[in-house]
Amino acid sequence: MSNIELSFTLNGKKVEAAVAPVKMLVDLLRETFNLTGTKVGCREGECGACTVLMDGEAYNSCLMPAHKVQGREVTTIEGLQQADGSLDPLQEAFMEAGAVQCGFCTPGMILNAKALLSKNPSPDEEEIRMALSGVLCRCTGYRKIVQAVKNAASESRS
Amino acid sequence: MSHVFKDLHWSRDISLKEYLVPETLAQALQMLSDYDGRARLIAGGTDVIVDLRRRNYEVEALVDISRIPGMDGIDLEGDRIILGGMVTHAQTAASRLIRDKAELLASACLNVGSPQIRSIATLGGNLVSGQPAADGSIPLLALSARVAIISGKGERVVPLKDFFLDLGKTVVDPTREILSRIEFDSLGPNQGGCTLRLSKRKALGLPIVICAVVVTVDAAKQVIDEAAIALGPVAPIPYRDQGLESVIQGKPATMKTLHQVAEKASAQCTPRDSLLRGSCDYRREMVKVLVRRCLKTALEQAGCTLN
Repeated sequence: MSNIELSFTLNGKKVEAAVAPVKMLVDLLRETFNLTGTKVGCREGECGACTVLMDGEAYNSCLMPAHKVQGREVTTIEGLQQADGSLDPLQEAFMEAGAVQCGFCTPGMILNAKALLSKNPSPDEEEIRMALSGVLCRCTGYRKIVQAVKNAASESRS
Repeated sequence: MSHVFKDLHWSRDISLKEYLVPETLAQALQMLSDYDGRARLIAGGTDVIVDLRRRNYEVEALVDISRIPGMDGIDLEGDRIILGGMVTHAQTAASRLIRDKAELLASACLNVGSPQIRSIATLGGNLVSGQPAADGSIPLLALSARVAIISGKGERVVPLKDFFLDLGKTVVDPTREILSRIEFDSLGPNQGGCTLRLSKRKALGLPIVICAVVVTVDAAKQVIDEAAIALGPVAPIPYRDQGLESVIQGKPATMKTLHQVAEKASAQCTPRDSLLRGSCDYRREMVKVLVRRCLKTALEQAGCTLN
């Protein structure tokens, strides 16, 4: 078994890691970099709790062999926090709207919303629901989550 | 409790000797050949990783073709649309060219999994996985698509209707061969197409029935010259209903024809009773509805006024 040397940008910093062949990105993030905001739910791409951004696009890190991030830019939920400690407007909006209950799906919800807003700053409700459709929430029923994304979008426009 | 979890795919590790990342197709083929059937190709990985974790097959190495340049293009050459082997579902759904010239494929690609899956899962991989419910395969069958497959022996082009062999089995051997492109003719002014899918949910939903059709009508927009009708997952493989196609050929473009064809489609198909997808009877009824609606939309797109 030959390890792979990886170098990529993680939450704005250049990082390196030696990983076993077919280590999944979610395990690399949680075990090697202690970024446990990325959750393991189903390990089959059904629940979206493991969502991360790679070059601004949302992916399921449970289905992504770590080698695919070589040379790329990865952002996890921890990476949304600014250097001065302030939170991303989406994170603020989720707290404001009470869009968090148990919190397990929240990183996935926020990162999918982040990918949407970076491409489309004024999405309509249908577009928001579509963007969040790959993350399952079993607590709140989505209403407040959709509302939070709407609020964050109109906040950033004003 | 812990012994219960041991048997779940969730806790299983995938072990591999090597994860290989070739930079050219020739290198990729060499790597596969070096492993002599014990290595497998990986593109987006959304099926391969799940299959490995579930131990649907075992391999010693994966050959990741995502870094090979020139495999992710969507191009028009004359009337022919060519999709590279690494083109994703998201890319296909967003492509202006596909939306204009083969809308039935663009809309079908939006039915696959979720946004996170669509941005990495490839259409080529969707075909090679050989599932009867593969969303990409049904419209591509209706479009009479062809696929190019390369191996150490060179390239061969296979019509998609001859591509699927059995559940999970196609003419491509992913331990030795690479699906390098998908091609089909763009729809002309006398043509129309449509894909419809029935599932319980809008995202991450297992399809109950998928139907895709492409129709060609005469210049006066009165007669159906030709119709391609593809269905899944109502048999072990996605298929074109050629019996049905010969029935509809030359018939007037009217609702009466559509009702007749839909009845026949429903009578001929043999879906299984499935706890996940619904009973045979229900799915037969839904085949009827989907075939009729698909044909109606496609004929209207081709310029027919139905009555």
